[in-house]
Amino acid sequence: MRRRLEISELIFKIISYTLLTVFGLLCLYPFLYAISASISGRHAVEYSEIILLPKQLQFEAFGYMFRSNEFWNAYSNTLFLTIYGTVWSLFVAILGGYALSKKRLLFRKVFNFFLVFTMWFSAGIVPQYLNYIATKGVFTSMGINDDKWLVVIAMGMAAMNIILLRNAFENVPGEIEEAAIVDGASEMQVLTKVFIPMSKSTIATVALFFAISRWNGYFWARQMISNSAEQPLQVFIRDKLEFYTDGENLATWTENYAADSLIYALIVCSIVPILVIYPFIQKYFAKGTNAGGVKE
Amino acid sequence: MKPIEAADYLVLDKATGCYREDPEQQVRDDVEKHYWKNVVFAIIKDWRLYLMLIPMLLVFLFWRYLPMYELLGSFKVDDAVKPVSQQWFKGFSNFKGLLVGTGTYGELSMNFWRALRNTFLLSFYGLLFGFPMPIILALFFNEVRSNGVRSVLQVFTYLPKFMSTVIMTSLVVMLIKQGSSASNTPPGIVAQALSSIGLIPASVAQNGILNNPTYFRAIYQISGIWETAGYDSIVFFAAIIAISPTSYEAAQIDGANKWAQMRYVVLPSILSTIVIMLITRIGNMLSIGYEKVLLLSEGRIDTYQTAEVISTFAWRIKNNQSGLASAAEMMNNVVGMLLVIGANTIARKAANVSLY
Repeated sequence: MRRRLEISELIFKIISYTLLTVFGLLCLYPFLYAISASISGRHAVEYSEIILLPKQLQFEAFGYMFRSNEFWNAYSNTLFLTIYGTVWSLFVAILGGYALSKKRLLFRKVFNFFLVFTMWFSAGIVPQYLNYIATKGVFTSMGINDDKWLVVIAMGMAAMNIILLRNAFENVPGEIEEAAIVDGASEMQVLTKVFIPMSKSTIATVALFFAISRWNGYFWARQMISNSAEQPLQVFIRDKLEFYTDGENLATWTENYAADSLIYALIVCSIVPILVIYPFIQKYFAKGTNAGGVKE
Repeated sequence: MKPIEAADYLVLDKATGCYREDPEQQVRDDVEKHYWKNVVFAIIKDWRLYLMLIPMLLVFLFWRYLPMYELLGSFKVDDAVKPVSQQWFKGFSNFKGLLVGTGTYGELSMNFWRALRNTFLLSFYGLLFGFPMPIILALFFNEVRSNGVRSVLQVFTYLPKFMSTVIMTSLVVMLIKQGSSASNTPPGIVAQALSSIGLIPASVAQNGILNNPTYFRAIYQISGIWETAGYDSIVFFAAIIAISPTSYEAAQIDGANKWAQMRYVVLPSILSTIVIMLITRIGNMLSIGYEKVLLLSEGRIDTYQTAEVISTFAWRIKNNQSGLASAAEMMNNVVGMLLVIGANTIARKAANVSLY
C-alpha cells in the first residue's frame, strides 16, 4: 500500500531536486566552460561569446601544447613526483602504521603523540621554508642533490593517513597473526602476507589521498625545485596564467586562437587524468572520510 | 607498629597476625631495577618492528619538528644570512614590534594586525556561510530516492574537491578576469553574468573583481563552497541515512509533516555530528589555506587590505625580516594550537553528552 505524499513533503522534494540540480550544474559549469573555451575560436573566446557550447571550433591550442616540449616535460615531472612520491609515502606510512598498531611496541604512546602533535601544531610556511634551505646541504652531502628527489622524500606525509592505516591494522584479528607466526612467518611476511591483503581497501584509500595530493602539489615544488625545467605541471600552468593575464604580454599574441584557450587547454589536460579515474575512486574517498571522520 | 622504611615490603598476614614480606612487591622492585635492561631486551627481540618505525620518525623529525626549531628564530636577531644557531637571543623584541609597533615597526605592526583581522574574518565568514552548506546539501540528498540520480549529483558536487588549488584559482581568475578597454574585450563570463543581474557594478566587472578589495572575501567564500560543500556533505549524509525508518514512521503516525519531521527527527539525530564538525572547524580557524590566498592575491597589492592573512604576511616579509616572520607565525600557531586543544576537549565532552 503506497502512502499518499503529504503536501509539505512534496514541496520539500521539489525544492530539493531543483536546488541540488542547480548546485550540481554550477559545480560542473566551470569545467564545461573550460573545455568549450579551449576549442573555440579566437573571436568567440576574447569577446566572451561562449556560454556553454564551443563556437568556431579549432584544435590549434591543443595542437600547440602537444607539440611543445615544455608541456611534456612538465607532465613527465608531475608523473615522476606522483609515482615515486606515492610509493615513498605509502612505504613510510605502511611500515610506521604497522609498527604503531602493535600493542607490544614499547613507548607506543610516545610515538603516537609524536605523530598526533604535528596535527595540532605546525611550524608554518616560513620556518618550513627556512628548514628546507638549512637542511638542503645535509642532503646534498648525502648524495641527494636532485631537487625532485628531495620533494619526493620530504613532502606529502600526513599524520592522518598513518593513523588511518594504524586503525585498519589494529582491526586485523590477532588470531590470524598468531597462526601465521606459528606457521613460521617472519615479521615482514606477517605484514606482506597477512596485514596488507586484509587492509586492502584502506591502503587503496590512503594511496589515493597521497597520489592526489602529489598530482596537485604546487607550492613546495615551486619553492624547492630551482631548475625551471624540473617543475611539475601545476607550476607550469600557473606560470602561463600569470604570463597571459598580463596585458603587455597579451598584446604580442598573434595566433589564430585566443591566449585564454591555451590556458583552458592546459587546465583540461591537467584534470583529464583525475576525471578518468574519478568514477572508480570516488567511493573510496567517501569511505575514507567516514573512517577518518569522528574517530579518537 | 609498622616500620615506615619497610612499609612497602611488608604486608599484614591476616591468618597469623604477623607482618611478612610481600612477594609481588619484590617482583615490582625487580622490574624497576632492571627496567632499562628489559627495554633493551624487548627492542632487540622485536628489532624489526623498531626498524619499521625509523623512516616515519625521520620524515617527521626532518620536515615537521626541525621547522619548529627554526621557529625559535622569532627570538633572535634578524639576519637572514646566518642560520638560527649562530644568532643571539634577542628576547621578545620581535613579538613586541609586531604587537605594539613602536618606532620602525609602525607600518609592519599595522599590517600584522590587519592580517590577523583578515584571518579571523575569513574563518568567521567561512563558519557562517560555508559551514551550513554541506548540512543543507545532505538534507537535500536524503530526499532524492533514486540512487542513480543521487550518485550522479554527488559525483558532480564532489568533483571540485579533487582539483588542485592551482586549477581552482586559475578557473576563478579566468572566469572573472578583467575586460580590456584597449582591445575592447569584455570581462570574464561569470563577471559579466554577475554584473548583468546587478550583483556587482559594471565598472567593477570591467576592472576585474579580483583587483577590488571589497569582493575578496566573497570570492574566497563562494569558491570555497564550490570546492568543498559537496564533499563535506558526505559525513552529514552518512549520519542522516543512519536514522532508522521507524523514527519517521512514528512521527508520521503522530501527524508530523515534513517540517516537523526535520525539526524533531532529523536534526536531533545529526546534532552530535554537527557539533563535532563545528568544533573541529573552530579549532582550525587560524589555519587559512595560504596557497589559495596567495594564488588569488599574488601581485594584486590593492587587495592585501582584505586578502592578507598571517601566513601570507609572514611569507612576504620572510626574505628581509625572517625573525619577524617567524614571530608572526609563532603567535598564529600557538593560538591555533590552543584552539585545537580546546575544541578537542569540548568535542570529547559534547560527544559524551550526546551519547545518552
